[in-house]
Amino acid sequence: MDFVSGLRCRECGRTYPAEALHVCDYCFGPLEVTYDYRRVAATMSRERIEAGPRSIWRYADLLPVADAAPVDLGAGFTPLVRADRLAAELGLGELWIKDDTANPTGSFKDRVVSVALTKARQLGFKIAACASTGNLANSVAAHAARAGMESVVLIPHDLETAKITMTSVYGGRVFAVEGSYDDVNRLCAELTSEQPTWAFVNVNVRTYYAEGSKTLAFEVAEQLGWQAPDHVVVPIGSGSQLTKVAKGFAELWQVGLLDEEPSVRISGAQAEGCSPVATAFAEGTDVIRPVKPDTIAKSLAIGNPADGWYALETIRKSGGSCASVTDAEVIEGIRLLARTEGIFAETAGGVTIATLAKLVTEGVIRPDERVVAMVTGHGLKTVEALAGTVGPTATIAPTLEAFAAAMGDERERTNEPTTRSA
Amino acid sequence: MIKVRIPAQLRTLTGGTGEVSVEGSTVGEALKALDNAHPGFADRIFDEDGQLRRFVNVFLDDEDVRFLEGLPTPVAAGQTLSIIPAVAGG
Repeated sequence: MDFVSGLRCRECGRTYPAEALHVCDYCFGPLEVTYDYRRVAATMSRERIEAGPRSIWRYADLLPVADAAPVDLGAGFTPLVRADRLAAELGLGELWIKDDTANPTGSFKDRVVSVALTKARQLGFKIAACASTGNLANSVAAHAARAGMESVVLIPHDLETAKITMTSVYGGRVFAVEGSYDDVNRLCAELTSEQPTWAFVNVNVRTYYAEGSKTLAFEVAEQLGWQAPDHVVVPIGSGSQLTKVAKGFAELWQVGLLDEEPSVRISGAQAEGCSPVATAFAEGTDVIRPVKPDTIAKSLAIGNPADGWYALETIRKSGGSCASVTDAEVIEGIRLLARTEGIFAETAGGVTIATLAKLVTEGVIRPDERVVAMVTGHGLKTVEALAGTVGPTATIAPTLEAFAAAMGDERERTNEPTTRSA
Repeated sequence: MIKVRIPAQLRTLTGGTGEVSVEGSTVGEALKALDNAHPGFADRIFDEDGQLRRFVNVFLDDEDVRFLEGLPTPVAAGQTLSIIPAVAGG
């Protein structure tokens, strides 16, 4: 049994029952799941969580659906990696990487989709659908297959090859739309009105779906020994993840799972070619001006972010910052993380790491802070971004001579001292 | 005539139909005409200042009117306006 008390409009406060609703019927404001926190607090304990599954479902008491057998591929409980080598390069004291590349389909989207489809199934939906920049498409198609649901996934036609292939392999319907993600999103928002029996995870089931991102905060706190960090860096696409990370830490405190009240600064990371939130932050305005994205970080290329305003508000209230980085910096961020910590992130992860570096340089993120960076997707999904940047040291004939020659050339090139004869 | 596509949330105002036709030479005029024909629309899609609510997107054919000239954007017969809840995606 879940502890949901209902849905509430973030704008006007009108309340609704926990059905397949995502916006307020009156003012179109987003609906937020509300819980009976007193009952959650009476039930949820560290021991109960630690005895639970090694997945997001160990936090079921703070998720919007209860199901003994959720739609589950094992999302969540991903490694929180202490990143000392990266910290040293950046000049930080204590840095952790939340490695969400380790999720079943390689991105944090498995968290939200597992929640969304479990709720959708409970609500009686048989068809799972979404608008996606790729990671969500992968996850919806996979989880739908797992649940025996049909899937209808809509993506921009120019996504990375791996994301298209990976979405298609699960056997659902995949529509490549000639347009940007914002075009796809608009189409899905319209389709939701025409196909009310389809569960569009990020449209009519979005209220529940978004709650899945809270598990990032839950896990980070648990993995730090039930402590919140000082500073978290989160990439911004729609802005939903960032707001839910903040909600997650606040809820843990509210239900009594933390000893100290969290005071987490939350900073947002965007690519310069799609930075409506970072721009509004820099300009000190409340108005998010939509943009036409142009960046290699396609998973964050949302020009009209649904939760942009709330992400901005969350950042400001927390004392965090929001910055954007160039595509060249994104690639450098990917390489830096890989080189120092052995984690291969997709372009969104490059955005996070590059923004982290930038905010350290600007003095926003301080060496005395315990910092967590959210690395939300696997690098194999966006290998195109690295084409021409990394590759083999040399291509050689299968002979010792060829190897020695190439190795010698390489030593010369890198000025490596030759301590042994070739 | 200008076609206006109505989202599910507002179809109670149109007796359930998802598409209505109105007259008008700008986006703002067309939406006012919509409110005249089906009272209640203005309340739902405009804020106190008469601007589109933050979470209401209006598209003229394939373009968000915020990328055009907003409510004063000219419209011509045969074009389609779509009212779409903004909270979606990501």
